[in-house]
Amino acid sequence: MSSAPKPRPRYYDLNLAHLPPPGLVSIFHRVTGFLLFFPVLPALLYLLQATLGSEQGYSRWRDFFAQGGVKLVLLGFIWLYAHHFWAGIRYLLLDVHWGIDKAPARASANAVLALGVITTLLIGWRLW
Amino acid sequence: MKRYTKNPVGAHYGLGDWLLQRLTAVVMALYTIGFAACLLMGPPSTYADWKALFAGNFVRLATMFFFAALLYHAWVGMRDIVMDYVKPTGIRLGLQTIIGGALFFQLIWAASILWGAR
Repeated sequence: MSSAPKPRPRYYDLNLAHLPPPGLVSIFHRVTGFLLFFPVLPALLYLLQATLGSEQGYSRWRDFFAQGGVKLVLLGFIWLYAHHFWAGIRYLLLDVHWGIDKAPARASANAVLALGVITTLLIGWRLW
Repeated sequence: MKRYTKNPVGAHYGLGDWLLQRLTAVVMALYTIGFAACLLMGPPSTYADWKALFAGNFVRLATMFFFAALLYHAWVGMRDIVMDYVKPTGIRLGLQTIIGGALFFQLIWAASILWGAR
């Protein structure tokens, strides 16, 4: 007779400010992934179609994205991609058992959070 | 430590999607790095440049491969989100149908953008 399965550990403190860095990376990975599915993906396809479709479409959207406020919003969307990218690389490394101990996992999570912001700032610097 | 002993390239055991999510991620990461390098080295400044960038078969195929990887990756990710938060079978099936349908539509859309309007 096998005994009942041990109850799984549960973590109820979902306050983002209390989450350890790997937890933050994880929930941001999920949220950014969802937002990349919608609205970023259809918007990206629409823009590709409009800018490749005609000269007018190209210049209209180029002028649109030349505005300072629009660039700022665009940077927010770029962060979504940048964070998802770096967090994904970290998960691939964890999959091959690279840095799975507590200390390196925490360090790499901090690195991911920083790299997401740094990449966004670098692209922002190129955009201005 | 108990090791997972099932062969990832054998029958699926639910590992297929997990593995493909990683493979598609690698495809997208490589494309992202390549495309970013391309934009950094010669930023397209005119419509003709922009159009020429996607006119070559290599970039066109690579971009299509990227979108195909992205759409499959998004399917696995969105399905995981739905499975985590939506428990009633009917609603889950409905949402997954909408998500899968939307992704399939966008796959066709991407192909028509890259090949249709030449």
